[in-house]
Amino acid sequence: MKLIKDYWLGVLAIIVTAVVFLVPFAFIVLMAFKDQQQSALLDFSWPQVNNLWANIVEVASTRNWMLITAFVNSTILTVSGVTLLVIFSAMVGFVLSRRRSRFNRLVEFLILAGLMIPPAVVPTIWVLQGLGLFGKLHGLILIEVAYHLSFCVLLYKAFIATIPRELDEAAIIDGARPLDVFFRVILPLLWPVTVTIIVVQTVTIFNDFTNPLYYLPGNQFATVQLTLYNFQSQFETSYNLLFTNILLITIPPLVVFLFFNRQIIAGMTAGAVKG
Amino acid sequence: MLLVKQLVTMSDLSMTGLATQRSTPRPRFKSGGLYPYWFYAPAAAIYVVLFLLPTASSFYFSLMRWSLFDATFIGLDNFAQFLREPFLLQGLVNTLTFAAISASLKVVLGLGCAVLLTSQIIARGYLRAVIFFPVVVSTVGVGITFTVLMHPTEGAINQALAAIGIVGPDWLTNPRLALISVALVDVWKGVGMATVIYIAGIVSIPKDYFEAARIDGASKLQNFLYVTLPLCRPATVTIVTLSLIGGLRTFELVWTMTRGGPGFSSDVIASVIYKQYQSGFYGLSTAGNVVLFLFIVLLVVPLTAYFNRREGHE
Repeated sequence: MKLIKDYWLGVLAIIVTAVVFLVPFAFIVLMAFKDQQQSALLDFSWPQVNNLWANIVEVASTRNWMLITAFVNSTILTVSGVTLLVIFSAMVGFVLSRRRSRFNRLVEFLILAGLMIPPAVVPTIWVLQGLGLFGKLHGLILIEVAYHLSFCVLLYKAFIATIPRELDEAAIIDGARPLDVFFRVILPLLWPVTVTIIVVQTVTIFNDFTNPLYYLPGNQFATVQLTLYNFQSQFETSYNLLFTNILLITIPPLVVFLFFNRQIIAGMTAGAVKG
Repeated sequence: MLLVKQLVTMSDLSMTGLATQRSTPRPRFKSGGLYPYWFYAPAAAIYVVLFLLPTASSFYFSLMRWSLFDATFIGLDNFAQFLREPFLLQGLVNTLTFAAISASLKVVLGLGCAVLLTSQIIARGYLRAVIFFPVVVSTVGVGITFTVLMHPTEGAINQALAAIGIVGPDWLTNPRLALISVALVDVWKGVGMATVIYIAGIVSIPKDYFEAARIDGASKLQNFLYVTLPLCRPATVTIVTLSLIGGLRTFELVWTMTRGGPGFSSDVIASVIYKQYQSGFYGLSTAGNVVLFLFIVLLVVPLTAYFNRREGHE
């Protein structure tokens, strides 16, 4: 009896979540298949024609292939941002976890501040302009690193604490130079948490809209999220193209999610519970 | 040659092994070499220059009338303007409303989903994945999708409501509803995060408690009220803190869905900051940043302190 009740509860949950969470995504896909005329109806209906490829070509080629440029820009931004984050925050986490000193409290306070405080926009632009980094892709890369450092350091610090200290000494005894201890011994051991950080930060930076909006104005360095925002007004009457664009920029996070959903969930909850 | 080297390291090893065994547990190596402070340097340089310096100088710039060309000191006038101008004041109120709605719904719905997903239900993996997926999707994409779905006459939501005989509300065009609609979409996107944190919290409760409750003849409801709820309190604290911070800082959804409209009815501090920046009122925009900073510090810090203290008592 109880089993049957549980079974129906499960079926109910599947139906409810399908309506609430899957229908909006199905809507995106359906809209991307439609032609302009049908998409203008905005209804949840089966596409009469298969216009997907034509939509993709048109979205990609608009404004002199801006979407392709944007994908390149977003890839550069994400890959270099995540690489710097991994190396720099692992270094901080390593020393912070291993070396007890009067700096520790200060560093921990700064990590907390970094997690909580919203960045001050205009002063940041002022600083970036002073450094000649405003509106430059590498400027935005450094911004992303600065804003996400706290989270990554927190994860690394917790993980490094579980690696026995004796390992460092053993490596030295075996003739490793001090720098090798970190780069050749510790860093490879951090791989599980590194994967988590890579996955979580890739999704976060790729999806970031606010920071490119402020710090990377102009079309030359538009990121994918900005193209969507720009097309929102341009494609006001062509919902099929707008939704094709949404579909295209949802695919990278979807792929990452399908392969790494365990790491994403682990990373986000671990960071959250410790923070 | 290689053999000799090996022998030497081996003898080294045995000697130091003996030495460390006898001496104090303090590391034999100067930690300056093994754990050098300069490992902080690259991260610290980026953090200080691009985060700490702007944050610190925002307090100074918030006291200026600051445009592209010049800056004059005007004291607290920018802050006075936030309290004086109705459309700015509305932004402050809206921010608090948005954060409250979003945080409370995420706690309630997240806990519900987590309890369901930790029970003996079928298709748990599918359910968890489906609920969590919106977390990793682009906020702008979600915003645009729901703007279309919430269209007052042609949108799929109101069409579905019409099919069962309900006249759907003007989700985004009714000034009294717009902010709430955006907050609901925020909950839709973020409830997966709350759910997985709660799942982690519930799973970490020792099984003995449920066992004891079962022996005492506790009902399912009692089980939830007196075992699950109090014992996943750390998870609740985390979710409240995270969603309050996120809710107060919210920008992307509001901006893509309503641009703060209709009128100023769904403006939040973050969208005011952007609007004032676009209009060239840099001082006012920065004052908005300082207000947001104060909101977060004054709300979140006492709240977490309070929660943590009560936790200590129990």
